[in-house]
Amino acid sequence: MDADELRLDGNAAAGMLDEIFRVEVTSAVATCAGCGAREAMGEVHVYAHGPGVVLRCPGCDAVVMRFARIRGRLVADMRGVRDVTF
Amino acid sequence: MAGGWLAAEVREVVPETPSAATLRLDVPGWRGHTAGQHLDVRLTAEDGYTAQRSYSIASAPEDGDPAITVERLEDGEVSPYLVDEAQAGDRLEVRGPVGGWFVWLASRGGPLFLVGGGSGLVPLMSMLRHRQRAGSDAEARLLLSARRPQDVLYANELPTLGIEVVQTYTREAPEGWTGHARRVDRAMLAEVAFPPQARPWIFVCGPTGFVESVAEDLVALGHHASRIRTERFGATGG
Repeated sequence: MDADELRLDGNAAAGMLDEIFRVEVTSAVATCAGCGAREAMGEVHVYAHGPGVVLRCPGCDAVVMRFARIRGRLVADMRGVRDVTF
Repeated sequence: MAGGWLAAEVREVVPETPSAATLRLDVPGWRGHTAGQHLDVRLTAEDGYTAQRSYSIASAPEDGDPAITVERLEDGEVSPYLVDEAQAGDRLEVRGPVGGWFVWLASRGGPLFLVGGGSGLVPLMSMLRHRQRAGSDAEARLLLSARRPQDVLYANELPTLGIEVVQTYTREAPEGWTGHARRVDRAMLAEVAFPPQARPWIFVCGPTGFVESVAEDLVALGHHASRIRTERFGATGG
């Protein structure tokens, strides 16, 4: 299966994002730190087939957020997002 | 916001096609949903092993506790159980509703243009049922792509929704079929979609490749990206 078919979107990560942020996140708008594009989180590309979940900018493909469950704790790496408007 | 996991019970399993079934759930504490949202299902085996999947809600908010329609993925871990083995009284856990982006409310009005590929019809069906139950007069049109006639979900209900349904078959059409018999392409979208000047709300759901090519074609036809909402169910999970 090629990478394109594994691509999902932020809607697929909504349950996990809710668990972390405790607010509805798919309609929040994130600014990509790489290219400055502003996208609703529901439209961000999501790759969830690996050990963690990777969110990429649909504009420039840069990683905006990464989440992994490590020893029972959820670790969020959000260096790729400049800001999120809820 | 999803909140925590809720104990749920299967009230009824309704076979839809040879590979899909609708599960009506009883979920005490369910807060209601908006058409287009989904929920997460968690199954726990006797040895404590858990598996979790996300499924679109098929029922209208007006229907009360949620129903999900699940397509069996042959090498899947969860969907074969839900489609083939689950029965009334089975217990599982659900979390949700989740998602607030890929949603439509009757109060938002129309026109509403929905494009579904295969079981991508499920969240769109929730919108159409909601439109009907709410007595909305929003003009709505559904372009539905399926491989074969027997793969079409809700085939008996689609003609009763009071909307225009345009069907295309990509592998095998019924005998004497005079409608579309190819993948959704730009020419088909130009013919079926409301014109961009009508500023339709557009929702596209299906496999990743389907969703991305349809969204790209719609933008090329002049539809504003901000009016197009997409949901990819991809090929992962199961």
